[in-house]
Amino acid sequence: MTNDTEDIEIRLLLEAIFHRYHYDFRGYAQASIRRRLKQAKEFFSCPTYSNLQDRVLHDSAVFTRLVSFLTIQVSELFRDPQYFKAIRETVVPYLKTYPSLKVWIAGCSEGEEVYSLAILFREEGFGNRVIIYATDINPVAIERAEAGVYNLDRMKLFTENHRLSGGKSSLSDYYTAAYGAAVFDKSLREQIVFSDHSLVTDSVFAEVQFVSCRNVLIYFDRELQNRAVRLFHGSLSRHGFLGLGMKESLRFTEYASSFIEWNRDVRIYQKKST
Amino acid sequence: MGASIPKAVVIGTSAGGVTALSKILSRLPKDFRLPVMVVIHVPPDKPSIMSSLFREKCGAPVKEIEDKEEIVDGTVYFAAPDYHMLVEPSKRLSLSMDERVFHSRPSIDVLFESASHCFGDSLIGVILTGANEDGANGLNAVERVGGVAIVQTPQEAEHQEMPRAAIEKCKSARVMTLEEIANYLVEVSVRQ
Repeated sequence: MTNDTEDIEIRLLLEAIFHRYHYDFRGYAQASIRRRLKQAKEFFSCPTYSNLQDRVLHDSAVFTRLVSFLTIQVSELFRDPQYFKAIRETVVPYLKTYPSLKVWIAGCSEGEEVYSLAILFREEGFGNRVIIYATDINPVAIERAEAGVYNLDRMKLFTENHRLSGGKSSLSDYYTAAYGAAVFDKSLREQIVFSDHSLVTDSVFAEVQFVSCRNVLIYFDRELQNRAVRLFHGSLSRHGFLGLGMKESLRFTEYASSFIEWNRDVRIYQKKST
Repeated sequence: MGASIPKAVVIGTSAGGVTALSKILSRLPKDFRLPVMVVIHVPPDKPSIMSSLFREKCGAPVKEIEDKEEIVDGTVYFAAPDYHMLVEPSKRLSLSMDERVFHSRPSIDVLFESASHCFGDSLIGVILTGANEDGANGLNAVERVGGVAIVQTPQEAEHQEMPRAAIEKCKSARVMTLEEIANYLVEVSVRQ
């Protein structure tokens, strides 16, 4: 009984958010959004989801905080080093054949993956021939990604990940440490375009040769996964590449047959010609 | 005790879990009729060996989950290292990278809470040996929706902390040995 009422309240809350703020969480996988909303409800000390809905509707500051509860992902630089190693070894040689390279990192959260790829492409000699589009639906996350400041005590892990990814330089070449924080080099940002973009409501905005979208699709239901992969497919050039999270696959999407499994172990796909 | 006929099983364990799980999973016959979702705490950076390890020991099919796959009766699903495993109301399994619970991802609580929301009183939740408190809140969620809460007898468990924490949070939990738990699951399957 409690569950039934809560289900209704959650559905109404997501509707309210959509109509008031045009953020559409209605196609998110229910089990995890429910968990995140429960944490938000406790954080805002709301007795019910209806109460949370009331506050969200009438106070946009509450909504801003809530978006972070629903979307922010803490990641690592070079998380899953074998993914980045595979990009260096099997994708980079292919990408080098293009006169210039455009990369889309969809769902960049606080930017860990953005700096990882920016460093990787620099190490692989792309110089300023690469542009990285880093998008997320959460403006707060984009701001943090743009700042490129991470807690200094995470650098040990990041450095080890970078080394395991086949890093050709020292990670410390790319940041300066100050007051317990590591600030990533401004010159990396010259090739990055940060922007607000929703895989749920927005459309294709550029032609790219490589899309990296890791651990984002797991939060979507199947219909929404299809929509997102349709955008990736529409954005990619002929024979362009798509990288997903280590446990994500295209198998249950409508696009399974539109890509080949380029590297099955690390979930890198290549768009077929037709 | 659950009012409905049980339709699904969730099992959570940590330290000592491989041996304990072997004793239960090796008893499940090929025609076991309920889906079984298992979380065992493993180091996040190790490739998962659990599903291949138990494939040989268990009569029922064993696999590591894939995001959004449909739950099939009689299949044993293992969570993937470094991802939470959740049950969707659509009876599909999903993954999440949300923060760790009691330093654990996958977390037993996350699986049990989402499964109890989905299966209600037709869920059986089982907590085995382990050295932390993950699973106690999850088993409490199973109990609250009227499901069957089972805990391994602490004296038999290699590590007692997890079973003891679960018993503490679930007053109606049935405390059983591994052999009794295996017998119970086999019997429930036959009754389907």
